[in-house]
Amino acid sequence: MNVITDHLSEFGHGLLLTVELTLLSLAGALVAGTAVAAMRVSPVRVLRAAGMAYVEVLQNIPLLVWLVIAVFGLPEIGVIAGLFTTSVVVIVLYQGAYTAEAIRSGINAVPSGQGEAARALGLTFTQSLRLVVLPQALRTVVQPLGNIAIMTLMNTALAAAVGVVELTAAANRVNLAEAQPIWIFVTAGLGYMALSGLLGLATGTLERKWAILR
Amino acid sequence: MIEVRGLHKRFGAHTALRAVDLDVARGEVVVVIGPSGSGKSTLCRCLNRLESPDAGTVRIDGAELPAEGRALARLRADVGMVFQSFNLFHHKTILQNLTLAPMRVRGLSREEAERDARALLDRVGIGAQADKLPAQLSGGQQQRAAIARALAMRPKAMLFDEPTSALDPEMVGEVLDVMTGLAEDGMTMVVVTHEMGFARQVADRVVFMADGEIVESGTPSEFFASPTSDRARDFLGKVLSH
Repeated sequence: MNVITDHLSEFGHGLLLTVELTLLSLAGALVAGTAVAAMRVSPVRVLRAAGMAYVEVLQNIPLLVWLVIAVFGLPEIGVIAGLFTTSVVVIVLYQGAYTAEAIRSGINAVPSGQGEAARALGLTFTQSLRLVVLPQALRTVVQPLGNIAIMTLMNTALAAAVGVVELTAAANRVNLAEAQPIWIFVTAGLGYMALSGLLGLATGTLERKWAILR
Repeated sequence: MIEVRGLHKRFGAHTALRAVDLDVARGEVVVVIGPSGSGKSTLCRCLNRLESPDAGTVRIDGAELPAEGRALARLRADVGMVFQSFNLFHHKTILQNLTLAPMRVRGLSREEAERDARALLDRVGIGAQADKLPAQLSGGQQQRAAIARALAMRPKAMLFDEPTSALDPEMVGEVLDVMTGLAEDGMTMVVVTHEMGFARQVADRVVFMADGEIVESGTPSEFFASPTSDRARDFLGKVLSH
């Protein structure tokens, strides 16, 4: 057990960075996903096509490939950003595609009469989406969004591959010094489990709080 | 007030409306009846362009309904609509259902909107339900709330698309009472319904539709006593025999 207690500060820093990566990515993915889902149900053909292209391109290339492309490609075109920032932006865009699809399924689950009633009252399409349809759509997809949040947490580990010292990379560094992979990575795994447990609890609480009476 | 000319609407191979002309004068109550699939609801939904017609024009108070965008939203704000399935916003209280559009579209303050809303809820007899969610109300109460929500926009005309068809029989009366009250106050109304009693007593004019066309129209007493077309006679024979 000394391998763990001797390196608590490394594990702590890694865990903190994982939490930061996850929270920033979740917030960004929710914004990006909502915007893209709104585009995909818009009456404007160009917006629908752009939303669909976004989802197809982002979902059909692995996150690790995107991270490597961004870390090495962006400096080539003159965009200099830190590894952490680059990783957050890439994870946001990638998880945003999955989030958009979950939200779109929620939009499709809202009865069409809700949007019709809103428009019949004189609300514009954007107002009816923002004030009537989306609030109901988001409440129906809390559970799938919770799954995506856990997937986002797990995917932050890929940032280790491009040099961000989050929990997995921290564990790897400790292991390079101590050569006790089982204890060290089980510890990292327990850290991820604890975090995803918290996400699961939050999801369950929100789902009960926001349940819609129909 | 409402002027419809040459309205055509197709759904795939099925023609829902063909060459429909209809004029509704200010303060007039027009009741549209006819068998299922005759195009009554489609006509009603074309009047505020929830359904966009393939040809023809709809004018509301002299202004032609534009195809889309803000101008269409502005015109829709002046025409209230009541749906068969109520369509109250499930995630908002009854009061919030009534204040949403007046605040967001008309720019009323919350105080003004809530004062109007409570007055309207009292008028339709559900003032005590203001802070409940739609799902906590009975069907009849929900439909009365939906009528109040449409009235909160102070519309120039009201469209009713089979407002009592989804209600339990004992709740039909309370909704028809509210509608009768509106008609007595001089509201311009187009009502698609199967309630022949309402048509008889409240309508200024009855319009009979079949197969996407207006087959005949007249005052309720003329229409119910001596329909001129075979199809109307046949329809009335079926609905009035019980």
